[in-house]
Amino acid sequence: MATATAQPVMVERLSRSRSTRLPPWEKLTPLLLIAPSVILIAVFVYGFIGATVRTSLVRWNSALPDYTFVGLHNYQRLFQLDRFQADLVNTLHFTAIFLAGCIILGLGAAVLLDQRLRGTLFFQNVYMYPLALSFVVTGTVWRWILNPNSGVNVILGNLHLDFLKSGWLTDPNTALNSLGIAAVWQMSGFCMAMFLAGLRGIPEELREAARVDGANEWQLFWRITFPLLRPITLSAVIILGHISLKIFDLVYVMTFGGPGYATDMPSLYMWIATFQQFLYARGAAIAIVLLLMVAILIVPYLVWNLRGETEQ
Amino acid sequence: MGNDRWTRRQFVGTAGKTAGGVVLGLSLADFLAACGTSSPGTAGTGKLEIFSWWTGPGEKDGLAEMFKIYKNKYPSVTITNSAVAGGAGSTAKAVLATRMQGGRPPDSFQVHAGQELISSWVKANKMEAITSIWNSEGWDSKIPKDLKDIVSSNGEVWSVPVNVHRGNALWYNKKLLDSKGVTAPDTPEQMTSALSSLKAKGVAFPLALASKGGNWQVQMLLENNILAAGGADFYKNVMSGKASFTDAKVVQALSWMKQWLPYANTDNSSIDWDEADNRVIAGTAVFHIMGDWAKGDFTSKNWVPNTDFGVVPSPGTKGNYMIVCDTFGLPKGAPDRDNAIGWLKVCGSQEGQAAFNPKKGSIPARTDVSPSLFDVIAQSFIAEFKTDTLVPSSAHGSATPPAFASAVNDEMGQFIQNKDVTKTASNLQKASDEFLKTS
Repeated sequence: MATATAQPVMVERLSRSRSTRLPPWEKLTPLLLIAPSVILIAVFVYGFIGATVRTSLVRWNSALPDYTFVGLHNYQRLFQLDRFQADLVNTLHFTAIFLAGCIILGLGAAVLLDQRLRGTLFFQNVYMYPLALSFVVTGTVWRWILNPNSGVNVILGNLHLDFLKSGWLTDPNTALNSLGIAAVWQMSGFCMAMFLAGLRGIPEELREAARVDGANEWQLFWRITFPLLRPITLSAVIILGHISLKIFDLVYVMTFGGPGYATDMPSLYMWIATFQQFLYARGAAIAIVLLLMVAILIVPYLVWNLRGETEQ
Repeated sequence: MGNDRWTRRQFVGTAGKTAGGVVLGLSLADFLAACGTSSPGTAGTGKLEIFSWWTGPGEKDGLAEMFKIYKNKYPSVTITNSAVAGGAGSTAKAVLATRMQGGRPPDSFQVHAGQELISSWVKANKMEAITSIWNSEGWDSKIPKDLKDIVSSNGEVWSVPVNVHRGNALWYNKKLLDSKGVTAPDTPEQMTSALSSLKAKGVAFPLALASKGGNWQVQMLLENNILAAGGADFYKNVMSGKASFTDAKVVQALSWMKQWLPYANTDNSSIDWDEADNRVIAGTAVFHIMGDWAKGDFTSKNWVPNTDFGVVPSPGTKGNYMIVCDTFGLPKGAPDRDNAIGWLKVCGSQEGQAAFNPKKGSIPARTDVSPSLFDVIAQSFIAEFKTDTLVPSSAHGSATPPAFASAVNDEMGQFIQNKDVTKTASNLQKASDEFLKTS
C-alpha cells in the first residue's frame, strides 16, 4: 500500500516542477512515460480495491456470485463475531509487542554498534541476516524451536531451569507473545539498520556542544540523540506497523490462529472466510477493514511527509 | 481430508504460494473469467487435466495406478496431474475456487461427497449431471444407495465415489492396553472409565488428541459423539438443521468430550493427526479417535494390525459407518469433456477402485471388489460397510456446507479451552441458524 499510494504523488510533483516553457512534444513525453504505470496502478490497485468494496456490500456467501446489494450488513455481522472481535484485540496486542520489541532491541543494538568498537561490522551483519528470510521460513524454524516437547524446553530442562518451561505456542496465554518473539527476531535487525543510519547522521558537533555545556552521556542520549532520531522512529513505527497489521504467513505457519482464537489475525480469517467457507462477501469486508486500519496508520504519515518536503 | 501427509517442505512451499495468492485471489477471479479459453477435444486424443490434493505417500501412488489404467484405455491422451499439496485439501480447495470462479475448470476434480459438492458447485450451477453415465455403467447395482443419495440432488447424480474412508474409529496400542489389563471400550461411559484407569496406571495422557490446522480432528470427536448419543437419524437431522444443537443429545455428546479432555495431551494445537499416531506408537498415549487413514500411517511405520494396534468403532457408534468419501465430478465447460467422461468411468470401475484403494488405505465405494486385495482391518471394514448404516461426516464436508463445518471447527477450538458445554451448544446452534437453514 505504501508504495502504491506514494507513486501517484511523486508523479504529480514531477509534472508540476517541469518548466512550462518546453516545446509541446517535450511536455507530452513525461506524460507518455508515466502513463503505463498510472494505468496499471489504476486498474490493479484501485480498480481491485473498488471491486473488493463492491463485493463486501453484496450477499455473495457461496460459490455462486450473488450481487444482491445488502448495504453494510456484512460489516455488522463481522463485528458481532466472537472470532473477529478476538482478531482485532489480537492484532493490537501483537502490534504493541512487535513494535516495542523491535524498537527497543533495534535502538539498543544500534547504540552499541555506533560505539565503533572492534567487531561491530560482524555483529551488524549478524543482526541483519534474519531480514533476508521470509516469514514462512522464520515461522517454520521458530515453530520447531518453540515445540514444547523437542525445542527450547529441552534445553531449559537440561540446564535445570524448569521454572522457565512453558507451553509456548500451545498455551493460549503465551501463544501470542511467542509469535511476537519470532516476529521481533526477524525484524529488529531492520530497525537496528534504520537507527544506525540515523545515529551516524547526527553531527558530532551537537554532542560536543552539549558535552561542553556539561551534559552527561545519559542526558546526551535523551536530550540530543533521541529527539533527533524521532523521524527515524516514526518511519520505523509506520513500516513495522503496517507489516504487523497485515501479518499472515507467520501465523499461518506457526499456529494457524490457535489454540482457540489466541493467535488468530484478521488476514488469516480473511483467507479462511473466503477460500474455506466460501463467504466471499465476509472475506471482502475483512479486507476493507484491514485496508482502513492500515490507512489510519499510513495516511497521516504520508501527509506529514509530503508537507515536510514541500516546505523544503 | 487429513489423509495426505503434511510434510514440512510442502508446508513451506504451499504456505508461501498461498500468502502471495491471497491478495490477488479476491478480485482476480473476475479478471480471469475474461481470459478463459476452452477447446473441446475429441475422445481418445488431446489432454486430460485431473485436479486433486492427493500428494502424500499412498494416495499419490493410488492416483498413479488409476492414471495407468486410463493410459491403457486411451493411450494418446496426455494426462496432466494438477494435484495441489496442503493439509486436508485446504489449499487445493482455494485454488479450485479461484479457477471455477474464473471459468477455467479442470477436466475433473476431487471433491468430498455431499454438501461440499452439492451446496457449493452444484448449487452454483458449475457442474454437469452424470446420471446418464451412472446408469449406462450400471453403478446402481454396485455402489450402495446411501452413497448414491449423498452425491445426488434434484433427481440427478453429480459425481462418482472412488473410495470410502471411515471416520468413526478408535485406534489403540494393543500391547500397552493388554499390559494394563484394560479392554477397548464400546460405549462412551466405558471410554471414560478406561481413560481414568489408564491414567491411574501411569499413562498421563492416554487419549492422543491433535488439533493443528484448524481443529477438524476435534470436530470428528464431536460428530462421532453426536452419532453415539442420538443415533443415525438424529445425527442426520441435526446436521441438516432439522434438529437443534441445544438438544440434550448434543449436550450429552459435548459432556463426554469434556470428560475425556483432561486425559488428552495439552499440546494438541501443535500436533497433527500423524503426530498423534506417533504418541500411540511410542506408548505415551493409548487411544486415538481418527479416520482410517491412521491405519495407513501405522502400517507405514511398520506396525502390524491386530498385533501392535487394534481398532473398534468410536465409542457408542457400533453399527454405523461414518463415511468420508472422495469423488470425481464433471465441471461445466471442462476443456476436454469427452476425456473427462472416460476418466469418470475409470474412477467408478471395479478395476480402477481395486487399483486405487489398497494404496490409499481406504475401502472401495463399490461392493464387488475382492476383499483379498486388502489388509485384515480393511477386510472387516468392507464387511461392515455392506451392513452398517452409512452416515455422512460433517468434519469432512459431506453432511454440511463448508461454511458450517468451518464454523464448527472454530467452536471446537474454543471448547478445548473453555470446556463450556452450554455455551458451545448454543454457539453451534447459532452457526446452524446461519449456515444450515438457508441451504
